[in-house]
Amino acid sequence: MSDWFVLVATSALCFAIKLLGHFVPERWLSGARLQRINALIPVTLLSALVVAEGLVMKTRIVVDHRLAGLAAALIALVARAPFPVVVVVAAVTSAVVYHLH
Amino acid sequence: MASPPRATLRDALSVSLTVGTYGVAFGAAGIAAGFSVLQTCLFSLLTFTGASQFAAVGVVAAGGAPASAIGAAALLGTRNALYGMQMAPLVRARGLRRIAAAQVTIDESTAVALSQAPRGVAAMRAGFWLTGGGVYLFWNIFTLIGAIGAHALGAPASWGLDAAVPAAFLGLLWPRLENNFLRAVAVAAMAFAIVMTPLVPAGLEIVATVIVAVVVGWRPR
Repeated sequence: MSDWFVLVATSALCFAIKLLGHFVPERWLSGARLQRINALIPVTLLSALVVAEGLVMKTRIVVDHRLAGLAAALIALVARAPFPVVVVVAAVTSAVVYHLH
Repeated sequence: MASPPRATLRDALSVSLTVGTYGVAFGAAGIAAGFSVLQTCLFSLLTFTGASQFAAVGVVAAGGAPASAIGAAALLGTRNALYGMQMAPLVRARGLRRIAAAQVTIDESTAVALSQAPRGVAAMRAGFWLTGGGVYLFWNIFTLIGAIGAHALGAPASWGLDAAVPAAFLGLLWPRLENNFLRAVAVAAMAFAIVMTPLVPAGLEIVATVIVAVVVGWRPR
């Protein structure tokens, strides 16, 4: 039930944000401070999501097979692998470590 | 619409196909987070802004509250409003076309539109619509493929799907780390999230890193 709520509310809110941009006068959202903060939000949130998905179980920091996958992804990115390769390398590495344990 | 320049068409198509394939990873992430194939596909059809979609299912997968999932997705979507402001005077759409324009206002359609500037306004407008429409098409096709594939596999950890999700976030983050300042911000946000994790309800540490963006961005550097 809450899955549907997340789906509908996320979709509605994300669409409303997109539509807002097409309706409001440019000067409303063009403040220098707002622009600076907004430019940083993807970096901070994506960083937090890497941690939350790779190291967290509920409210605890847990080191497990996922971290091995993440390390492999990092190596793939440094080696300039394309996105799909990065994801597959992480999955395979994590699965191998998972089954070894 | 007059036929767009070949170069614009080529740019739009290559971006659409490349980005569209990321949809496979989202499809798998949705299933790994416990969403159904239908729900996962609806995310791509309705939400249609990649990072927000990954965030919403990611927070749910991490055991976070619905409000945290929705909040993280909305915050990641705020940049689309800034894109819309830049695109509105360009596409000058009304009524249903404006609704459609808003829905396909994302990183890629805006980037391709702006990159067509040397080829003129018509090419910019064509770049916006072709890329927005192209990504919409391929993103949804590949989401379905990823969701069905992950659903057939089952047991996310056994196939490494639980590591594929943070790897996807790392892959989305990587190209944004253009200089040492942004790399330092990323490291600070990760450290902040680790410290906050045991202190706040599950998933809230993700939304809370907005504090890092506000503190760092408050003053010009």
